[in-house]
Amino acid sequence: MSVKLLLAKAHVEGIRGFDVYRREGGYQSVEKALKQMNPESIVEEVKKSGLRGRGGAGFPAGMKWSFIAKPEGVPRHLVCNADESEPGTFKDRYLMEFIPHLLIEGLIVSSFALGSNDTYIYIRGEYAWIVDILEDAINEAKANGFLGKNILGTGFDCEIHVQRGAGAYICGEETALIESLEGKRGNPRIKPPFPAIQGVWQRPTVVNNVETLAAVVPIINMGGEEYAKIGVGKSTGTKLISACGNINKPGVYEIDMTISVEEFIYSDEYCGGIANGKKLKACIPGGSSVPILPANLLLKTAKGETRYMNYESLSDGGFASGSMMGSGGFIVLDEDQCIVRNTLSLARFYRHESCGQCSPCREGTGWMEKILHNIEYGKGKISDIDLLWDIQRKIEGNTICPLGDAAAWPVAAAIRHFRDEFEWHVNNPLEAQEKNYGLAHYADPIHVPVTA
Amino acid sequence: MSEQQLFKVTIDNITIEVPAGTTILNAARQIGGDVTPPAMCYYSKLEGSGGKCRTCLVEVSKGSEKDPRPMPKLIASCRTTVMDGMEVKNITSEKVIDARAGVVEFLLLNHPLDCPICDQAGECHLQDLSYDHGKEGTRYEFERRTFKKHDLGPYIQLHMTRCILCYRCVYTADQLSKERSHGVLDRGDHAQIATFIEKSLDNEFIGNVIDVCPVGALTDKTFRFKNRVWFLKPMDAHRDCPTCSGKVTLWNRGDEVYRVTARKDKWGEVEDWICNTCRFETKNTSDWVIEGPREIDRHSVIAQGHYQGSVGMNKPTETFAAVNAGRAPHLLMDIHSVSEVNKDSSL
Repeated sequence: MSVKLLLAKAHVEGIRGFDVYRREGGYQSVEKALKQMNPESIVEEVKKSGLRGRGGAGFPAGMKWSFIAKPEGVPRHLVCNADESEPGTFKDRYLMEFIPHLLIEGLIVSSFALGSNDTYIYIRGEYAWIVDILEDAINEAKANGFLGKNILGTGFDCEIHVQRGAGAYICGEETALIESLEGKRGNPRIKPPFPAIQGVWQRPTVVNNVETLAAVVPIINMGGEEYAKIGVGKSTGTKLISACGNINKPGVYEIDMTISVEEFIYSDEYCGGIANGKKLKACIPGGSSVPILPANLLLKTAKGETRYMNYESLSDGGFASGSMMGSGGFIVLDEDQCIVRNTLSLARFYRHESCGQCSPCREGTGWMEKILHNIEYGKGKISDIDLLWDIQRKIEGNTICPLGDAAAWPVAAAIRHFRDEFEWHVNNPLEAQEKNYGLAHYADPIHVPVTA
Repeated sequence: MSEQQLFKVTIDNITIEVPAGTTILNAARQIGGDVTPPAMCYYSKLEGSGGKCRTCLVEVSKGSEKDPRPMPKLIASCRTTVMDGMEVKNITSEKVIDARAGVVEFLLLNHPLDCPICDQAGECHLQDLSYDHGKEGTRYEFERRTFKKHDLGPYIQLHMTRCILCYRCVYTADQLSKERSHGVLDRGDHAQIATFIEKSLDNEFIGNVIDVCPVGALTDKTFRFKNRVWFLKPMDAHRDCPTCSGKVTLWNRGDEVYRVTARKDKWGEVEDWICNTCRFETKNTSDWVIEGPREIDRHSVIAQGHYQGSVGMNKPTETFAAVNAGRAPHLLMDIHSVSEVNKDSSL
């Protein structure tokens, strides 16, 4: 049984309400932070904790906080990124739905640390019912003196506003989110300037993921150093993983990043193995944008070591033989799944969600989708596979925001690891309409060269 | 006030000193020639433009004197300011050449390539770009996206099919007019410039969107299909205009004014915004004071028509009477008398 910091109390009866949450020890971190600590020491604790951004990139949160500019007389803002739209990721939704006060508590402490008197939660438009849950929680917190003017008599004012997005994946990118929050078209901004200098309404802004901000609560309660002891290496604390796909127990799990991928998939505590007694073929371990891995590279690294569920181990081997922790959207594919079809649906998603601002992503995503569509429906050519590779190569790194990379990586990884499945599709167009390539050799042990 | 700080920047091994805050693109423009990256969306007169088309990507091989690390990705030179001691590679970088060829291919993917019937042909930045940086063929085998043509009021036609979504017209409308009534709808490759509900763009300066459009997506309805631009003679002219500077370029054929545009500099950018009255309504030579031929400092076909010197509005001095020793020309054959042959003699 691993440590649970965020979801430990998530299923206590009535935890959604203020009274039960408070009885279970809620809002202690606010009291501690506002009465015993100052903003600098909170930032210092978060730095010590080694907390990394839970939205996908894994950038150290304390570092991000310390970058915020503090010009005289200019308000600063904290924005909570709840625009969770990555296919396969649903951890923030779970957290906000079951234990909304945890997020509010984290927001108050973080707002105090950053000096934000007006804090925003930018929430995905499709999460319509969660807006109500959050607003209820905000009103309760306000009624109990944890929000509003002069919180707990400390002189700190803070309001939290919930803003609904209009259903665009791109608005999860922090500068697009800021544009959208300002009421404009959600096009990512060109950086620099970074939001820490000029964010919402040109004011210094920090944008953090829901889970990151919720994790501030246990960090303040237990102290940064204690928090850093959980986990391994630079992957400190706990991480929410939303597991889905062909597994027996899909759902949101809190892990302390010390367990192996194999244990996560097959143990009864977590995913409970592959559904219907099938075999594992592939897995996208961190949300749809990260590279897909075949079963053999997922469970063991290219060096033959066991792969663990943490930032370093999942990215071991770079993109050649590794993947990324990403946002924790763990998508498992069994032997009956077709990688070409899977890649096509991801390409369709990215084409649909590209903002259309910069040319490589706008035109390239549509092109990739059309080629993949041809391959999937038996009209592909062998040269199309190399063409796909060339297109993704020309998108990656040449766009304004990371959506271009996110669209390129899944295609690149699918071709890198499953090229023979693509070739089989092209060479057997009729057969490919009726059956799948199957497991093939994707779970075979990898030959590890012995080095002296 | 201390003097403005000068930064030393090296672009393709050419070193130049520019004031702090200059972008790499503008520094490269000061050097000029092949060193200057192409720009399809950046427009120095429009605040906030640039960074979108990705044709001006360059490699920064040395960040600055203080931090000599190279930048990991190619960067948009139009939106990145120079640092002291920065070293930039444009045409000397294979990565840049490769990426730029890719961008050109992407830009042409959904472009109809209907240059033979496009009014922009000859002064089209996309033509120049693909000629300079593109490949001879495309690998795209699918149907291109198409849109219906839209009339944006009496003067401007929008042909979205040709648009490369540079956003210049949106910025122009935003910054020149009080109310912007057009923008970008939808996302991705189905995004379009539109007025949402078909609405005419009504503003004294809205005609300038035609000049900023790098392709033939926004065209002048008073000029559409009237003439190819390279047959016309551009001439600088001015008039007293109550709304704008009145400084324009007239595009004539003989004595006739075919169109009026703003004056464009060597980067194809407008020097002075002009009003709709000058552009669309003032098409008599007598309305204008002609200053002389306009030098088109671009490598487009227009510049091929060398006509500088005493052409333009000058009439030839040697008239028929002068060569004919004072005699007026007389008819060699009186057609009227000839046609009498055909008269019905029975009458």
